[in-house]
Amino acid sequence: MSVVEGTARPAPIPVEIGRARGGPPRSKVLRRDLWWLQPLAIALGLAAFVGYGVWTAFRGDYYFAGAHAHYLSPFYSPCFVRSCPTDVVWGPAGSIGSVSPALLVLIFPMGFRVTCYYYRKTYYRSFWASPPACAVADAGSTKPGGARSRYSGETRFPLILQNIHRYFWYVAVLFAGILTWDAIDAFRFGPNGWGLGLGTIFFVVNAGLIWAYTLGCHACRHLCGGGLKRFSQAPVRFAIWRKVVSPLNAHHQLFAWLSLFWIAWTDFYVYLVSSGAIHDPRLF
Amino acid sequence: MSAVSTGELLMKLWRGDASGGDFVEYRLPAQEGEVVLDVVHRIQATEAPDLAVRWNCKAGKCGSCSAEINGQPRLMCMTRMSTLPIDEPITISPMRTFPVIRDLVTDVSYNYEVAKLIPSFTPGPRPAEGYRMFQVDVERGQEFRKCIECFLCQNVCHVIRDHEENKAHYAGPRFLARLAELEMHPLDTLDRRAYIAERMGLGYCNITKCCTEVCPEGIHITDNAIIPLKERVVDQRYDPVAWLGRKIRGRPRPMTPADVEPYTGAAAKAARAGQAEAS
Repeated sequence: MSVVEGTARPAPIPVEIGRARGGPPRSKVLRRDLWWLQPLAIALGLAAFVGYGVWTAFRGDYYFAGAHAHYLSPFYSPCFVRSCPTDVVWGPAGSIGSVSPALLVLIFPMGFRVTCYYYRKTYYRSFWASPPACAVADAGSTKPGGARSRYSGETRFPLILQNIHRYFWYVAVLFAGILTWDAIDAFRFGPNGWGLGLGTIFFVVNAGLIWAYTLGCHACRHLCGGGLKRFSQAPVRFAIWRKVVSPLNAHHQLFAWLSLFWIAWTDFYVYLVSSGAIHDPRLF
Repeated sequence: MSAVSTGELLMKLWRGDASGGDFVEYRLPAQEGEVVLDVVHRIQATEAPDLAVRWNCKAGKCGSCSAEINGQPRLMCMTRMSTLPIDEPITISPMRTFPVIRDLVTDVSYNYEVAKLIPSFTPGPRPAEGYRMFQVDVERGQEFRKCIECFLCQNVCHVIRDHEENKAHYAGPRFLARLAELEMHPLDTLDRRAYIAERMGLGYCNITKCCTEVCPEGIHITDNAIIPLKERVVDQRYDPVAWLGRKIRGRPRPMTPADVEPYTGAAAKAARAGQAEAS
């Protein structure tokens, strides 16, 4: 695609490449602080979550507290397959095979997080070391002619696909709605009873954190008002942009981690209750 | 590591030019209330009168004294000595993304070449009743006007710091912020999105946020400029829903070759060459 209509390939910026730079070689890290600690901690945190997620997604059992309370693990919601409990099944039960229900739905929240602007920063730094930390050279960039001596960022396949983030956001809103329904459903105990268990609180917090993360998304910030040139002509969108989405966006990193942790915790709590390891205390 | 005695500073300044260089050690007594630039000036006034260092305002407003202090890109005039571990040697090196001229002074002309390529503010016809501006419409752009052009963000950006060849295709965070300011201006009529994606190399940015971390003015370059630009490019190139909306409602015209010509064409090159000769 041309730069602008009717022009050919973009001309390079007129700058002389390859002139001598000052300071020691880039391979020498001059930072004295523990610059490696943050990417390492993030790598461990993400790896722990992925490890837990794989275990729980392939488990295929103990994801619904059932007889005791309507606690459905957020990893398994919405539940579509034949083996889903009748209390929580969505859609035409039995039409889809008997794989773990989590495997059918996790691709959507996973895609949302993988293409998220914040998570992109974390894994580019922690796993791809591009860069591992500020003012620390990209891995492999100091070896001339090496496999990683050149860098194209998100201009080419596959990383150009990061641009589909907003489509995952559309689906993520749907999922936030479903998890909100699950939180409401967590107030149901037995066939006709309503109440409040410790797990109910976990589900409500889970839905709240998911909404905080989803509405703080950068794509949401753009779609709800950030893309406008004149806020003064769209006061409602401006109010949403300024008073709701931008404040959440400022804490996107926090909510990304809190919601990630809390999903795993909620799932683990359901596992403990449904497997009989612990008893869910009823508050009333 | 060299020993540092109490009450003494051990400063390691990179000295050299394009032919090479190394760190040179300077020992001097510690004094209260100093910033790094004060110490560098003391070295210049005593032991090294030929030390090259660029500075001007000493107040964090001119953007001249950018350097790397213990490997961290910072303004020397805004870095208090009391925030550094002065019981260890303190290294000061020039910005490592730009060609060195001498000692701590680098040639930042790459940035001025990029600046020349940015299509400027292009308002539509002046309305009969005149312009009426609202604060809410302009305050986003005002954040980017705080930029002092210290080029620390350009220096820390790994796209050009670690991959020299990308300087030919990538504008860097400071100029993406400038482009965001223009794109968000309520009176601007030019649609620069294709230009930003192709010529200014927006896709090279992988939003690792180092530009935001080092900005001495606290500008949220990534969140408020680069990501909004990426989303605007998505509007134009990757979102059929937005494309349909534009078709129905009509949007600013895309840039034409005539718009770009003043910045990139032969006449602009000739004008620049003429300016260089005159100076």
